[in-house]
Amino acid sequence: MRNIAPVITLIALVIFFSFASSTFFTLDNAFNIIRQLSITGIIAVGLTYVILTAEIDLSVAAVANAIGITVAYFTIQPDYVNIANVPMQGWIAVILALLAALAIGLVTAGGITIIGIPSFIMTLAMMQIANGMSALLVRGQIAYSYPEIVTTLGSGTAFRIPIGVDAAGKAAFIPIGWTIIVCLAFLVAGHIVLKYTRYGRYIYMVGGNREAAEYSGVNVKLIIGSVMVICAMCSGVAGMLGVAYFGSAQQNQFDTFLLDAIAAVVVGGTSLFGGRGGIGNTIIGLLVLGVVNNGLDHIQIDSFLKILIRGLILLAALIINIYAQKLRESG
Amino acid sequence: MTDEQSGRGGAPPLLELTGVSKSFGGVTALRDVDFTLYPGEIHGLVGENGAGKSTMMKIIAGVHHDFEGVMKIRGVETRLRSARDALASSIGMVHQELSIVPELSVAENVFLGKQPLTTLGIVDWPRMNREAKALIASLGLDIDPAAAMGTLPVGLQQLVELSRVLFSGAQIIILDEPTSALSPPEIRQLFDVLRRLRSEGRSIIFISHFLDDVLAISDRVTVFRNGKKVITDETRKLTKDAVIAHMIGRGSIDMHMGEDAMLAGDDSKPVVLSLENVGDGRTLHDFSIELRAGEITGVYGFMGSGQIELARALFGKLPLRRGSVKLDGKPVRFRSTAGARKAGIAFLPENRQMMLFRTEPVFKNVSIAILDRIHRLLVKPAEEKRITEGHIKDLQIRPPRTEIALGSLSGGNQQKVALAKWLTHLPKVLVLSEPTRGMDVGAKEDVIRIVKSLRDKGVAILVLSAEPETILTLADRVTVMKKGTVARQFSSGKIEKADLLAAA
Ligand SMILES: Nc1ncnc2c1ncn2[C@@H]1O[C@H](COP(=O)(O)OP(=O)(O)O)[C@@H](O)[C@H]1O
Ligand SMILES: [Mg+2]
Repeated sequence: MRNIAPVITLIALVIFFSFASSTFFTLDNAFNIIRQLSITGIIAVGLTYVILTAEIDLSVAAVANAIGITVAYFTIQPDYVNIANVPMQGWIAVILALLAALAIGLVTAGGITIIGIPSFIMTLAMMQIANGMSALLVRGQIAYSYPEIVTTLGSGTAFRIPIGVDAAGKAAFIPIGWTIIVCLAFLVAGHIVLKYTRYGRYIYMVGGNREAAEYSGVNVKLIIGSVMVICAMCSGVAGMLGVAYFGSAQQNQFDTFLLDAIAAVVVGGTSLFGGRGGIGNTIIGLLVLGVVNNGLDHIQIDSFLKILIRGLILLAALIINIYAQKLRESG
Repeated sequence: MTDEQSGRGGAPPLLELTGVSKSFGGVTALRDVDFTLYPGEIHGLVGENGAGKSTMMKIIAGVHHDFEGVMKIRGVETRLRSARDALASSIGMVHQELSIVPELSVAENVFLGKQPLTTLGIVDWPRMNREAKALIASLGLDIDPAAAMGTLPVGLQQLVELSRVLFSGAQIIILDEPTSALSPPEIRQLFDVLRRLRSEGRSIIFISHFLDDVLAISDRVTVFRNGKKVITDETRKLTKDAVIAHMIGRGSIDMHMGEDAMLAGDDSKPVVLSLENVGDGRTLHDFSIELRAGEITGVYGFMGSGQIELARALFGKLPLRRGSVKLDGKPVRFRSTAGARKAGIAFLPENRQMMLFRTEPVFKNVSIAILDRIHRLLVKPAEEKRITEGHIKDLQIRPPRTEIALGSLSGGNQQKVALAKWLTHLPKVLVLSEPTRGMDVGAKEDVIRIVKSLRDKGVAILVLSAEPETILTLADRVTVMKKGTVARQFSSGKIEKADLLAAA
């Protein structure tokens, strides 16, 4: 990673909250932060790819929502759930949901590369379409059941880390959920593909200078189309795990994830103009976001003021990034 | 010093630089250079690519401010901090790499940041267009002020940028390679404008590789070599031979290079690519040509005659609507540049920036076009660097380093890197648009040598140029292009520059 400003921001925030609150700097809370980040993290992986090519995807949260609802739609629901759904076997439901995410990604990719709609507009339309899918499938109801694998990965515990004994003298553990493992897997795989594969090199080169890539005989449309599909698939997986994590599938449940995911990528230092940044930056960005969100809950301030403060902190982080970048380029 | 004595009528210098040195990291671009500019003079500046001309001018125009030495404007020691500073000292520069906004209209580009406003505070479009048109017309040009800048040929974009500099009221006007992209009538117009500016008492620094142009227009000439000033003298005391000798620091070369040529078209060589009556529905129509293995086919024509479109169509960037294209006898249609590349077509556009990644290291610039042939799934930078080192050696790219950012190379070396992209696995067809434009004698010779050696290896080469010299030094056959179609073809015997000019 070339830009260390986001790391400094992160350290400064951790130090600040540690002094401001006695409950912030604990192992327990550290894992809390990571747990809270894992769904956003999966979305942010796909979004990093998109932003590296200098495109944007505004439909990530809506797609996550729609795919989470889709997988529930194909699962038997308890009696009290009043949805005219179509139950299938678990693995079929998961495959259908993944196919739906693939289809959404392909439509977005086609709109951008074949028809030539700017990604900002195309994904705005896709956001509306995905929200429409969600609305039609649940019709204002809430679904509670998912295929077993989704429930496990979304809300199950993978293993427990022993941390000695608690006040009552019993052995204490920190549970590590499967979502954290899945998120880590996405981050690691995302990083390896970007840094070590031919495809990853194409992404950076297309983002760095699209025209030059095209005049070098790179299939720019294929690269851009493919990152949109990857992003939709990441959102889809995040959506399935998300509904299990929340314990319910309903409309507008993921609304805050759009800004969180974009903020994580950009605050981490990946350039919106493409070609600079990567998963390493996104991890730092996620942590900054997680520390801000979590830290603010640990200090005593007006909860309505928190929303504003959160925005201001993110703005400050972005400003610091830009200045650090300018400093480096001129120096 | 003859320098000081040649002041016009004893007027004090307008601009005076003494002992200027400048380095970029480890690369020394300028070493202890002195330079003076008098009011009302046109000062020609020549030197091979990388000699430091642009760097010197960027110092004068306030782009580079951390340099050693002293700069005096009207006798007052000054250090400019920015282009805005320079403008305040009435210094304006038209850069070699244009700084226009292609999406904006011509008028908006002329008035960039200084649009005339109505009393309501909104942009006064009619007035802006009117004034832009008048300003451009004063340069002898007829350009629609509402046209998008990006749709104009590069040469005209440069003139529009010049009109912006003039509009700002600059007294010292720096032109870095303004004639590279201009056709002869446009150059004549530009020269008329420069003479008029001189008669108004403004001073002009004029950089060009066209020594004839420089000798024709300037009052004095300065020659740079390797970051040092070799000589400043009055133009009437210099000959082209003498200037070249100063530039390259060795004996003069054949002065008649590119004045005429013996064509050697050989019909027994196999046709690799043939176009039959192709058209793009706009500029190109009924154009036919055959490219043979081991031959260089030259296409000559003034700017705007359709060469740009032809080159793009061949590389899958511009769709052809009519006619047929055959590669090795089989009909083909390229839907993307990737498709053309995979079929064995390689392309070097006239503006090398279009295919280079300035901030990326040299080796990534070279390897991007061959990644799919050297890597399966994972990238192996060591392999890419090894291949790049081979090209650096063969093409004598300077500095010989694979890891430095491409943007820090000089123009000629950037062009060699652009060419190197296509040399690892020889293409069937190599399309070169203005392969030597804006290059000095030395780099030009290198590129010509490389292109000829590719021909001898059996590549079918198409060279498109608006410079007759380029066509005559390279081509085995020549097609003259006019208004998007074939005007005349030459395949054997002797042809002269005049033949080309007459046919175009
Ligand atoms: N921004 C830069 N960073 C690093 N090196 C540079 C930069 N600009 C120019 N140089 C180097 O300085 C030397 C002179 O370049 P330049 O002034 O562009 O030459 P010219 O205009 O005479 O062709 C070259 O070796 C070039 O590589
Ligand atoms: Mg230059």
